[in-house]
Amino acid sequence: MEKDPNNILEEVTQSEYKYGFYTDIEMETAPKGLSEDTIRFISAKKNEPEWLLQFRLEAYRKWLGMTEPTWAHLHHPPINYQDIIYYAAPKKKKELASLDEVDPELIETFNKLGISLEEQKRLSGVAVDAVIDSVSVKTTFSETLEKQGIIFCSFSEAVQKVPELVKQYLGTVVPADDNYFAALNSAVFSDGSFCYIPKGVRCPIELSTYFRINAANTGQFERTLIIGDENSYVSYMEGCTAPMRDENQLHAAIVEIIALKDAEVKYSTVQNWYPGNKKGEGGIYNFVTKRGICKGNNSKISWTQVETGSAITWKYPSVVLMGDHSVGEFYSVAVTNNYQQADTGSKMIHLGKNTKSTIISKGISAGHSSNSYRGLVKMTKRAENSRNFSQCDSLLLGDKCGAHTFPYIKTENKTSIVEHEATTSKISDDQLFYCNQRGIGTESAIGLIVNGYAREVLKQLPMEFAVEAQKLLSISLEGSVG
Amino acid sequence: MDGISTTYNTKDTLLKLFDEYFGKPAADGNPDIGQLRREAIAVFAQKGFPHTRLEKWRNTDLSRALNHDYSFPLNPDNSGVDFGDIFRCDVPGFDTHMIAQLNGVFIDRGLKPAQSSEGLVVCSLAEAFVKYPQLIASHYGKYAAFQENSLTALNTAFASDGVFIYVPDNLVVSEIVQMVNLIHSGDPVFVQPRNLVILGKNSSLKLVQCDDSVDDQIGFINSVTEVVLAENANLDHYKLQNKNDRSTLVNNIYFHLESGANLSTNAISLNGGLIRNEANVKLNGSGAHADILGVYLMDRNQHIDNQVFVDHAKPDCTSNEMFKGILDDQASGVFNGHILVQKDAQRTNAYQNNKNILISDKAVIDSKPFLEIYADDVKCSHGATVGQLDSEALFYLRSRGISIENARMLLMYAFAAEIVNKISIPQLQLRIDDLVKKRLRGELSICEQCVLHCNSREQKVSFEIDMSKI
Repeated sequence: MEKDPNNILEEVTQSEYKYGFYTDIEMETAPKGLSEDTIRFISAKKNEPEWLLQFRLEAYRKWLGMTEPTWAHLHHPPINYQDIIYYAAPKKKKELASLDEVDPELIETFNKLGISLEEQKRLSGVAVDAVIDSVSVKTTFSETLEKQGIIFCSFSEAVQKVPELVKQYLGTVVPADDNYFAALNSAVFSDGSFCYIPKGVRCPIELSTYFRINAANTGQFERTLIIGDENSYVSYMEGCTAPMRDENQLHAAIVEIIALKDAEVKYSTVQNWYPGNKKGEGGIYNFVTKRGICKGNNSKISWTQVETGSAITWKYPSVVLMGDHSVGEFYSVAVTNNYQQADTGSKMIHLGKNTKSTIISKGISAGHSSNSYRGLVKMTKRAENSRNFSQCDSLLLGDKCGAHTFPYIKTENKTSIVEHEATTSKISDDQLFYCNQRGIGTESAIGLIVNGYAREVLKQLPMEFAVEAQKLLSISLEGSVG
Repeated sequence: MDGISTTYNTKDTLLKLFDEYFGKPAADGNPDIGQLRREAIAVFAQKGFPHTRLEKWRNTDLSRALNHDYSFPLNPDNSGVDFGDIFRCDVPGFDTHMIAQLNGVFIDRGLKPAQSSEGLVVCSLAEAFVKYPQLIASHYGKYAAFQENSLTALNTAFASDGVFIYVPDNLVVSEIVQMVNLIHSGDPVFVQPRNLVILGKNSSLKLVQCDDSVDDQIGFINSVTEVVLAENANLDHYKLQNKNDRSTLVNNIYFHLESGANLSTNAISLNGGLIRNEANVKLNGSGAHADILGVYLMDRNQHIDNQVFVDHAKPDCTSNEMFKGILDDQASGVFNGHILVQKDAQRTNAYQNNKNILISDKAVIDSKPFLEIYADDVKCSHGATVGQLDSEALFYLRSRGISIENARMLLMYAFAAEIVNKISIPQLQLRIDDLVKKRLRGELSICEQCVLHCNSREQKVSFEIDMSKI
């Protein structure tokens, strides 16, 4: 029996977050609040060298002098930065040699997510660096990677193992005082992933990290640094889910990517953090600074993101196209539902000659949510013969939601070409009628149309990820869509 | 906070001047207007002149324009001016009812529009304050919201004269009404004309608004125009801007459309030191439609800033924006289009497009086509392009024996023609077409007064090829 189409959208917006659960692991936490002492505590806990402590302290001092940005199209109660625990780590256990030694509760958690290390390891051939509340618990396939000279480990580990590389590149793409949240992260970053692909190496497998916010009241401040040395290639994946919690949680991550001459870095992410309940209570506040720099000639950085979670998303993966002939790409699907708010987009800064960038952004808003695209394309004087194409479309499902587009275009030379186009529309009755006529129920038709709408972006994702992304897209719009 | 610092503290001078002229409640005949003035000056006192740290002004810097020792003629003496010499129109066959404004003050030449017996009123705003208090009470200051716009606030505080047009219900005005706003003064002047145009139900009007310079004098015009279109009214509006390079023109227009009203507004900016056009269009009744068009051709150090805000407040409205510009030398251009579709403004269709051509390496364009949508049953799109003349098209023309200069001109002309061809007054279209050609050839000099009334008969602009065949 066909459902009333009017109810379907409602149902679509009613489904509860399906990945809500909470793992009870003993935590070792820093006291609440932020001060130089907290930073020293974190640094000491992680046994960091002096220069890194100074880096943190300097960032903290800069952060003190900064104010929270208010320009984004977002509304949230003020964040009390003193009411956050800045460090939480699962209690240190002895080095693990096999999966059996991993806390069974953790295994359980991963099983619920459908990404048990076991399965990942055996079936998908993907190396997984699973991060639970800031500290890496288990790294797989490291040995395989090591043979190629690839370094893929947790950030803290990298600080111990390859301090000179970390020191050389840390903060070069996102300076400590880049913005309010970047400064905060630089001061208190807990852990994250580090990846270095040596010259001429093509990484044979897709590198993947699962981030997971676990304990209540714990801000997560990951820091990821990816370096593609000359003529290398890597595809890096990051995905997240979070347990259901009522109190808002703050997340301020930094991702820095450096692509040297002829290198290519592909970064894909699926983000499905707790978006809050149907009334808009709770959910993650996600303030992320992601930026890559195409430092050498002919380098390429590609961002692909599927954003379905978080109460608030503030995220602008950017590429600085410094090398001549370098390429920047940004593909994004952002879904907001209920009272979620997303202000996301990309920046493409063209500095080198003959540089190219593409921005494809697909926003889907439902319920009472608000979904904004905000982007900048800048062609500097030197960026001769550069090219940009931007397309940002919005799809509206429901009459209470908002979809906004804030594209900034600045061109300073006469040989570059910038094109921007955007459309906003809802699923038309014609499209639905066409499907219905061919025996496709309204519900499936919506799923079909939404998936088709996002297809251009989803097809950019690595295969393993694309499957999950479609699942997430469906879950965030309702179980049956997709 | 005032972010503009100049040698001359224009803000303080203006605040002092306000106290002098309007400080006493008795100074103004109409208490409502006096109240409005005081509210407005408070906003200006608090906000000051706009500065580049404001999102809407980030690419337009007024500090150089304000760095002059301006005089503020509130009751200027125009006795020594030969009006006939300054204001004349010789566009062949362009028969208009011309209203002259000199330094922001309406010049009463005793002319009455042909249809005044049918209720059409064209007079100075100062006269309207006295003669038509009811119309003023229900419309004046109702559309030009000054809370967020300190220049509109400043204009509202000082507004004393300008043009008042009232078209009664069901009247179709056959004459074209032309407003010519000139600056003519020995010193740098800062003038603030204020216009109010009221169109009754089912009425129709063609309005041409010209801003020109007489000479190479420095001037700052802060103009505010309120236009209200009642049900099913129809307005065809043109802004022609051909100012000298030392002038600053800030043109705030507030259109208010009731249901079924139809607006077409076309901003043609050919020359001017710093031009900022703010068109605010509120579609306040279902079935209203607005076409907002513009073309700008800038070179040297000129700066053009087009800000368009279309507010879809009610369902079933449509709007269409199209702005095209060519920038040469060190010229800079800004386009900021903002479409707001309010909650429940269902079945809205809104289109927005901005296309730019940069001719030189020093020209800069900032384009921000921006959509803010709170309704779901809408079709909105926007596009923006920045590029150059198509090299293949250039090659095509050159391979057929057309010189590079002419080929470039031809392509630029064709680019601008999309807007110029939309002018629905044939004589005006021909004339603008001519001016665009002249402008592209670099032959348009600012001393030629207004685009529509020049001292010397125009010489025909001819290209090597026959443009009329295009």
